[in-house]
Amino acid sequence: MSTETLTAPAEKVKEPKEPLFSKRNKKLISNPLDIDNPVTVQVLGICSALAVTVQLKPSFAMALALTFVTAFSNLFISMLRNSIPSRIRIIVQLAIVSLWVTIVDQVLQAFAYDISKQLSVFVSLIITNCIVMGRLEAFALANKPWPSFLDGLGNGLGYGAILMAVAFFRELLGSGSLWGFKVFEGMGLAYLGNGVMLIPAGACLVLGILIWAQRARNGYFETE
Amino acid sequence: MQRSNTYILLYTLALTVFCGVVLSLTAMGLRPLQDANKEQERKMNIVGTVVKTEGMEKSDIVKAYDKMIDGFVVDFNGKVVEGMKPGAVNIPKEYKKPLKERVFPVYTAKDKNDSTKTEFYIFPLYGFGLWNNISGYVSLKSDLNTINGINFGHVSETPGLGARITDDPAVSERYKGKTLFDDKGKLQSVVMQKGEGNKYDDAPHKVDGMSGATLTGKGVNNMLDDYFTAYQNYIKSIKNTQTTQK
Repeated sequence: MSTETLTAPAEKVKEPKEPLFSKRNKKLISNPLDIDNPVTVQVLGICSALAVTVQLKPSFAMALALTFVTAFSNLFISMLRNSIPSRIRIIVQLAIVSLWVTIVDQVLQAFAYDISKQLSVFVSLIITNCIVMGRLEAFALANKPWPSFLDGLGNGLGYGAILMAVAFFRELLGSGSLWGFKVFEGMGLAYLGNGVMLIPAGACLVLGILIWAQRARNGYFETE
Repeated sequence: MQRSNTYILLYTLALTVFCGVVLSLTAMGLRPLQDANKEQERKMNIVGTVVKTEGMEKSDIVKAYDKMIDGFVVDFNGKVVEGMKPGAVNIPKEYKKPLKERVFPVYTAKDKNDSTKTEFYIFPLYGFGLWNNISGYVSLKSDLNTINGINFGHVSETPGLGARITDDPAVSERYKGKTLFDDKGKLQSVVMQKGEGNKYDDAPHKVDGMSGATLTGKGVNNMLDDYFTAYQNYIKSIKNTQTTQK
């Protein structure tokens, strides 16, 4: 009896249930792809964006891995958010993130050995990717599991989109191929790869241009 | 809300146990697949020093391995260690022991036309580059001196610089035709030089360096010197039997 009287008023206060893909939830996915992109607008996760984008294939694997890690870490942390003691929340977040990263790393080694060799240390370095920790601190700790999951998914995809864009230009200009397929040779043209695109400096250039294009389009300015 | 210290301690304990259990289950479940991948990679690396594997299907390379390659284990004194399979030797673990106590897997590739003759001898290498461990396989022609092919692997050399030992075919190409021993049979190894773009056609024990990766190059040099110091005892014993047979 006593439990019923306790829970009854609480249910009245409960907000009407939001549809799974409400406008707000859709924004959680679409915003990071555009006006709130973690790479071009917030300039996070640059390290791996410079390192793995020589070719499309490893970039794609990296994007998938990061999306997976952000989404599920967000989900987990959000589920635990009311029980996490605030004094040790960072270390709890780290533990959850590294849990997922290690799982991803192990799965890659088992099912995509070549890609895991190419990504080498960068999969483990997802742990230190600012996007993951940033989303946990800024979103998952204060929101319900489902929106948090979407937020993680959106940010991972936003990161992945930029990664793929950078890798597209670097692979095309650097080695004249796309996804391993020699584009210029396929068209019957000889193409001498541009060496700058193969080194991280090439990614810096491409990324800089992307950031500029993105910000010019959205009219975003750094505020001091 | 401030939580009590007991709560925090118990919370961390529970979290640790949870993460530990999940991770060990994943690792155990995926271990067979990962080992199969590593085994396949080992076979591909070995075959890669003998024939051109570019564009070959992975399964074909493994088939070629099974057809061509024999392996056994030798110790520092060049004696064959009976009862050990070469695939079972954990090279990174052996590397931690002093050189004289290590055992080494050695592979031989049969002559295509005459299967009683050995065409190539393949020796694994292991060492330390700039950041972490590097490894390799080198195949010697039947004179046990001339390098027929070499390939390298690495854990975390700098991409675009030191990682070129693996990624850039031109680097391993430079070793082809170089010799490890001088006319008197003394080990000279093959030494990667500092600086890039120089020709060493007339120097049988020198190869062109990698610009920006001198330290990785030094690691490669040490690795070759180290392991052939060990292998030379075995090589001498093979050469002796070769001459007595003639």
